[in-house]
Amino acid sequence: MPLINSVRGVGHRVVGSIWRLGVAARFLAMTLMQSGVSFRRFQLIVREMFSSGVMSLIIIGVAGLFVGMVLGLQGFETLKRYGSESALGSLVALSLVRELGPVLAALLFASRAGSAMTAEIGLMKATEQIAAMEMMAVSPIARVVAPRFWAGVISMPLLAAMFSAMGVFGGYIVGVVMIGVDEGSFWSQMQGSVDFRNDIINGVIKSFVFGVAVTVIALFEGFDAPPTAEGVSGATTRTVVESSLAILMLDFILTAFMFRGV
Amino acid sequence: MSEQALVEIRDVNFSYDRRPVLNGINMSFGKGKVIAVMGGSGCGKTTLFRLIGGALRPTRGEVRIDGKVIHDLDDKGLYEMRRKMGVLFQFGALFTDMSVFDNVAFQMREHTDLPEEIIHDLVMMKLHAVGLRGTHQLMPAELSGGMARRVALARTIALDPMLILYDEPFAGLDPISLSVVGQLIRKLNDALGTTSVVVTHDVQESLKIVDYVYFISDGVIRAEGTPDEIRASSDPFVHQFVHGEVDGPLPFHYPVATTYAQDMGVKS
Repeated sequence: MPLINSVRGVGHRVVGSIWRLGVAARFLAMTLMQSGVSFRRFQLIVREMFSSGVMSLIIIGVAGLFVGMVLGLQGFETLKRYGSESALGSLVALSLVRELGPVLAALLFASRAGSAMTAEIGLMKATEQIAAMEMMAVSPIARVVAPRFWAGVISMPLLAAMFSAMGVFGGYIVGVVMIGVDEGSFWSQMQGSVDFRNDIINGVIKSFVFGVAVTVIALFEGFDAPPTAEGVSGATTRTVVESSLAILMLDFILTAFMFRGV
Repeated sequence: MSEQALVEIRDVNFSYDRRPVLNGINMSFGKGKVIAVMGGSGCGKTTLFRLIGGALRPTRGEVRIDGKVIHDLDDKGLYEMRRKMGVLFQFGALFTDMSVFDNVAFQMREHTDLPEEIIHDLVMMKLHAVGLRGTHQLMPAELSGGMARRVALARTIALDPMLILYDEPFAGLDPISLSVVGQLIRKLNDALGTTSVVVTHDVQESLKIVDYVYFISDGVIRAEGTPDEIRASSDPFVHQFVHGEVDGPLPFHYPVATTYAQDMGVKS
């Protein structure tokens, strides 16, 4: 009997998760369908880009700088064993542009801007602001959700680019300025090995996909949160956990398709 | 009241997950009147409020507003109808990321193409009507509870609605704010020629300002009448409610199957 109950419990959870996934997909479809207002009144998106994108710049910049510095340090130690310290530039740039830039920027975006979006919308729901908007014949999906969605989707690739640029600069400071790798070979190796189509564009596609995933999860969790203090805090936690897992899983899938044989 | 009725509620039943909340409710709200719907906490007042707003669908019966059955309207029709309605939520529900001015201007900007200068003048008129013209630059967090309620009232009347719904407008207010909000409800209703429905459990304040009262208990209408009739009522339920008596038809103790002695483990 306990076995049947536990199997039943697992089944319930699986069905529940699939059902939620369906609701989230419908939520995304509704957001896309009701995006017209956001583009007609673009300042709505710009305002949200300021709070989710611009306000994330400092954390993204500082994190990128340190990640680049660590890459410079670790990369130099490893490359030195094979006598190819001059390849440090391409190691730093390729690691950042292909993987670390999009992934880490998205993880930071999820924990900084994603959690804030969930908490804001959850609290708007708890304080009846969403209900008030509906009663004023204004669709909250069009007015609240869609501008935030597009702001996140537009900001994410820009933040990832910023992260990678700061990372390259960090690698340069450690590798060239502090350790003394030849500056000319650092930059020329980087220029020679980074391909615009295969590396840069693929990195941008990755961060665009992560941007969609993180903002949809954050907005859906906020919109779906029970209107209580406990409900909003639980939804915020779920946003960070689910977005982080989604980013890492999507990264594996995208990498498998994009960089096979490159 | 039914000849000039703006809202007609006919034989409405509503259940949440098979738990009946409203049972055979019949009401009629005449044009230009202020009507109170009263009852204790959890009696179904808010459910009724949401049925009138079209946020819920009755399990049986119909809610007719201005001749149209609200729960039969499609999304477009429902939004059209809601443009003619104003709702004041319990704690105001002001948009916390917007200033007082932007809150009041919200519907004007969303639903009309009025130029900013005219919106400015209209917002100032609405804020002046609730006595808060001087707060237009403040954020909602900088307002007291009573002021937030009045700003929300200014926002509610922004587009001169034909029907205003008030959800517990007196909850959590000090006596002065309570009187101010009460008087505003009456004055604005008469000045705008709207119909107002006040869902509340504040008996004394409501009886001062309304034209007609419905008492709901356990999902049914237990009493109704004008404020004078309610004050003079000998119905034990109305008497208990109006005078705030602890025990009566509404018992002090939540129903329980066991006796107090049994629960305390006392052997008889």
